[in-house]
Amino acid sequence: MITDRIAVDIKVPNQTRYLCLIGHIGENIALTLRNYSGDRKKLAYDLNLVLTEAMANAIKHANEGDPAKEVHIEISIVDQRLIIRVFDFGQGFDVKQYVEPRHPLEEHGRGIYLMHTIMDEISYRPTDSGHVLEMCKNL
Amino acid sequence: MNLHIEDKGAAMLLAVQEERLDAHNSGDLKNQMLKLFEEGKNNLVVDLQGVRFVDSSGLGALVSGFKNASSRNGNLKLAGLQLQVKSMFELTRLHRVFEIYTDSTEALASFQQ
Repeated sequence: MITDRIAVDIKVPNQTRYLCLIGHIGENIALTLRNYSGDRKKLAYDLNLVLTEAMANAIKHANEGDPAKEVHIEISIVDQRLIIRVFDFGQGFDVKQYVEPRHPLEEHGRGIYLMHTIMDEISYRPTDSGHVLEMCKNL
Repeated sequence: MNLHIEDKGAAMLLAVQEERLDAHNSGDLKNQMLKLFEEGKNNLVVDLQGVRFVDSSGLGALVSGFKNASSRNGNLKLAGLQLQVKSMFELTRLHRVFEIYTDSTEALASFQQ
């Protein structure tokens, strides 16, 4: 059986106008996968969503909205395991604070909860120059 | 953001004409709704028929509008949710907060009862 082996490495300015570009890459990966027996349209939406949420978090909470900074994103699939890494270059944020579902009338804080719900594993740790949010999903 | 606003008498109809409602444009929707509230227009129907993707900040903007409308004795109702957008409301339990209608005609009619 031929398996998918994909590696995407992209750097974009720290601006929300690029959310759409990054989300579409995730969506297109889901639609292009050779071996996926689940609901492909749902996977496409989910990857669009987790990439959009992770990048929006990096822009707002980690890179402090500085448009001169950039967000670095890696997407890889090896042996039916999808790994997304979003690198930021700022102070970071407390990921544990947001893992529980929010009260329905809260305006903020749903992004991390959604990422937790969709992905199998999620971690956020410091790097030499900032932080990396890593998410994994078994396909 | 591309937003078509129309006074329908019983309520204001806001048709979001964007493929995505996300952190890039949700602030615009929130501000447009605030403007309407300041003008005393507290009953809103947000038509999402053309929107195929909503993220957490899009949901947040709608929650903000809902809370503002409620606090002014009005209401914010939703119409035309695509299947996957509707799933987002279910996943975050927001389908229990909003009145959700198949289309804007039904949502507007509910304000006239």
